[in-house]
Amino acid sequence: MANKLRAILTMLGMIIGVAAVIAMLALGNGAKKRILGWVSRMGKNTITIFPHNPKIAPVLNGAADPLSLGDAQTILKIPHVKYVSPVVTAWQPVKWGGNFTTCNIIGCAPTYIKIHDFKVQTGAMFTDYDCRDRASVAVIGPETAERLFGSQDPIGRTITVSTVRFKVVGVLVPKGRHGWFDPDNQVMLPYTTAMTDLMGRLIALNHIDLQVDHAANLNSVQAACQKVLRLNHSLIYGDEDDFWIANQIQVLKMANRIGGAFSLFLGSVAGISLLVGGIGIMNIMLVTVTERTREIGIRKAIGARRRDILRQFLIESMIISLLGGLLGVGAGIVAAHYVKFRAFTGHVEPSMVFLALSISAAIGIFFGYYPARRAAALNPIEALRYE
Amino acid sequence: MSQRKLLEITNLTKRYRIGDADVLALDAVNLIISRGEMLAITGPSGSGKSTLMNILGCLDTVDSGSYRLAGDDVSKLAGDQLAAIRNQRIGFVFQNFNLLPRLSALENVELPLLYASRHDAKAMARAALTTVGLADRTHHEPNQLSGGQRQRVAIARALVTDPAIILADEPTGNLDSHVGRDIMDLFHRLNLAGSTIIIVTHDHEVARHCGREIQLRDGRIVAEVQHAPQHQPSTTKEATTAAGLRNFPVSSSVS
Ligand SMILES: Nc1ncnc2c1ncn2[C@@H]1O[C@H](COP(=O)(O)OP(=O)(O)O)[C@@H](O)[C@H]1O
Ligand SMILES: [Mg+2]
Repeated sequence: MANKLRAILTMLGMIIGVAAVIAMLALGNGAKKRILGWVSRMGKNTITIFPHNPKIAPVLNGAADPLSLGDAQTILKIPHVKYVSPVVTAWQPVKWGGNFTTCNIIGCAPTYIKIHDFKVQTGAMFTDYDCRDRASVAVIGPETAERLFGSQDPIGRTITVSTVRFKVVGVLVPKGRHGWFDPDNQVMLPYTTAMTDLMGRLIALNHIDLQVDHAANLNSVQAACQKVLRLNHSLIYGDEDDFWIANQIQVLKMANRIGGAFSLFLGSVAGISLLVGGIGIMNIMLVTVTERTREIGIRKAIGARRRDILRQFLIESMIISLLGGLLGVGAGIVAAHYVKFRAFTGHVEPSMVFLALSISAAIGIFFGYYPARRAAALNPIEALRYE
Repeated sequence: MSQRKLLEITNLTKRYRIGDADVLALDAVNLIISRGEMLAITGPSGSGKSTLMNILGCLDTVDSGSYRLAGDDVSKLAGDQLAAIRNQRIGFVFQNFNLLPRLSALENVELPLLYASRHDAKAMARAALTTVGLADRTHHEPNQLSGGQRQRVAIARALVTDPAIILADEPTGNLDSHVGRDIMDLFHRLNLAGSTIIIVTHDHEVARHCGREIQLRDGRIVAEVQHAPQHQPSTTKEATTAAGLRNFPVSSSVS
């Protein structure tokens, strides 16, 4: 019984270390999956142009020379640009009957749903004519529809956004929420209507979204955008851009950098715990070898060779280490399941369990080697005389 | 006589150094032991009996002199080579049994065969336990057995590899006298079946059971006594042990 307690205490380092390895791999994997999902749902080959350059204006405030509809029109003329949409956004309450929700209001062109790969479930997307005519029409997300209308059909009903009334003409197909940003709970309006009726005759765009015809043209289109925008904004040689052009690859790289820092942190926790665990195993194996000196003497007297004794104690330390590893895998899976890092949920795969168990076995052998070698080197007569 | 010679030590010397003092545990000992012999080694405490036993059993090495076992010089061997000889040619029986506590009788007896990678270990171990009259105790652990039974398990473990020689250092020292007599009967039967046996003892009764007795004092052989052939083994356990002996491989050199 005392032995079991001692073994569990010894394994604690292994358990924590392996749990950290599992949690690290699982959260890293979850983060990757989340970002990939997010990027793929942004639509393929998209570029987003923001009115701030994070290099010169890291804090969002009024841009010196904001993005305008004119900028969006110029960009549309660039070769290989498939769709462009000006975008204005706001966070506003939306009402119907007695129901109420607060969500993202997006003023955009009809191309927005093509760029970002939204599908319409019932009704239809508003048209270029609606934009021209500043029509009071809206396309809403499925979550918004659910919250406002329950099981009733929203098409043709009039909702109130802030204080302005819009007729619902379409409902989107669900995409699934990604963390802090929920594309299923949003209201899309013609950008003209949004800018004049909702946002007080605003002329500054929040961003311009565009889609390029082919991934190979992303870089050239990005360069062309930079060129025409610098011209539009009258920037001269030596001036920094007063806008920021981001494509998916850059977003991915940034996410990877965040993920890397995250892995480094958990990796060092895991490394230190595994080292402590390994030393614990070495310690208990040294105690075991001393306690069982007489047994070793008996085994040698009846013909055990050095390698027989070595193997016996290596297997023993490997079993302790593997047991610790198994408990650690269990703890790691539980941790990865419950600990959510922002939007990243852990995602455990069999290969990670295999890797973690291989690491534990290797640690058992590495740290068990010295005690096992001491056991194998014992002099049989002295070992037999040991009390 | 010469092909019956199993073991020969010549001018064997072993000294221990304790601090500055030099203890001569064995002082130029010469000894020849033949196949099928049953030999007693006697002498007062500290006379070198255990030291001699350890060298004969290849547990310890000599300082000078030679030791030939079945024609091979083993005094120059070391480490794993000695382990192989201990495993295949030597069977040890200790005063305090030296069984592994968490293993059953059968597993204890199997152990030397496992180190020799024998595939029929279980059957051979069972046969050896039958030979020593413990066929019905195979799954008992040492602490569930009496002292005499433990020593029988130890003897089964010593003879399971069919060794050239069985070495017993005070095998009856920890046992009641009537149990000790049973153990000596068992050694007798094994000897009659062909085993060469060397027993260290300071019990004259035990020594008289052996064909020859050598007496040690201060690391030297001071006397050698031939004993008259002893009584036949008692018949109390004949039914089980005789059946066991027939099943058990017997040394080919029995004349
Ligand atoms: N490992 C050892 N270190 C030092 N001296 C020893 C050692 N083993 C035995 N001796 C000494 O060698 C002598 C013979 O010992 P031993 O062979 O054990 O005698 P016996 O078995 O006849 O009692 C004794 O004087 C003993 O003190
Ligand atoms: Mg002794």
